[in-house]
Amino acid sequence: MKHFDPTFKKDTEKEFPLREEMRPRTVETPDGQTIEIEPLKDYFCEAPPKVHPKAYSKIVEDFYNWARAESLWILGFGTGCGAIEMRPLMTPRFDAYRWGIQWRPTPRQSNLLMISGYLSIKTLKRAIRAYEQMQQPKYVVGLGSCTINGGMYWDSYNTIKRLDDYLPVDMYIAGCMPRPEALLAGFVALKKIIKAGKAEGANLYAENFAQYKANQKAVIKDWDMPDYSW
Amino acid sequence: MMKDLIAKLKKHYKLTEPDYRRADLTFVTAQKDELRSLLIALRDIEGFTHLVLLTAVDWLEEGLFQLTYMLNNRAANRTLALRVMIPRANAVGDTIHDLWPTAETYQRELREMFGIDFPGSPRVNDEFILEGWTDMPPYRRDFDSLAYSLQTYRERPGRVTHDPREHMKKALYPDQKPEAAK
Repeated sequence: MKHFDPTFKKDTEKEFPLREEMRPRTVETPDGQTIEIEPLKDYFCEAPPKVHPKAYSKIVEDFYNWARAESLWILGFGTGCGAIEMRPLMTPRFDAYRWGIQWRPTPRQSNLLMISGYLSIKTLKRAIRAYEQMQQPKYVVGLGSCTINGGMYWDSYNTIKRLDDYLPVDMYIAGCMPRPEALLAGFVALKKIIKAGKAEGANLYAENFAQYKANQKAVIKDWDMPDYSW
Repeated sequence: MMKDLIAKLKKHYKLTEPDYRRADLTFVTAQKDELRSLLIALRDIEGFTHLVLLTAVDWLEEGLFQLTYMLNNRAANRTLALRVMIPRANAVGDTIHDLWPTAETYQRELREMFGIDFPGSPRVNDEFILEGWTDMPPYRRDFDSLAYSLQTYRERPGRVTHDPREHMKKALYPDQKPEAAK
């Protein structure tokens, strides 16, 4: 950690109180029953993520990887200015659909999460939820210097500096912002990585799940969601 | 027109010397206890019907917050900004959400970002933009954004800063010796 004025030392002990509607409590129902409710307990989201097993033989796995690389479906989650740079890719001038890349509206249908710029703490929370709801195999691409080292938000009080502390990033595309040509080059490079079987971000996330959660909870103070939502 | 208005207001209210920024923009400082009646008079009699903004300035050295109420008279195309100084410690302002409903949002923002309380304003203690913020209000001048960032978010090593002048000199004229320090 770099040197800073000790008069601005942060009070790290302080915790954010859980919101009242999130606390467990006993409720009287309209028909007279008394029930215990625990709003944060989600019975469908209790299992942590699992490592996605490889196919039984290399040639089959290579075939799967080829298929995955040739259909990158992007979750349309726009953060920061990179969301604007992605629009020209959809239109005939750059036409990313030639590479089998298309944009999907929901996490369930997509396998590529583009973090297209700076992430504030508030957005990071939504990005984590969106990432966890995607089905494996899934990939993360960080766009621009904001996701790499904070970029122009290097001294911001509410913006993360390294995306790979919180989500497993398979690929960074440098620039501020990267032009659509750079994005296309990045997609081609990502395809090479996937075809070589080296895009193991989602498995990394499953293996180091505790570490990732600790990093996420260190900055997101009002954690009011299940630990893993799928 | 603004001079006539200020002269008229000065008969009833304690105002400081006005600051005529432009022909259509005037700043003047008012007393805190007269603010409400002044705002009502401006809105209902003088035609300043639109609250353009309500914001704060942190005068750290003087120990004061300055609340700026900017009002606009659309028919005459004139803007009048009222400044009110309030003490910085346990800062409390008077809510004006019943005069202009938009003030509610401004007051929520001031509560979160400057820590100025407006008792009686709807939802004033709810979170506005920040989620789960535990430190001091970040727009206060004694909050150091860089120090907070260094303590909270991990840096990636390798980030360097160049003086643009020296960097371009080296890039364009690599043979030239650097200037001796004077």
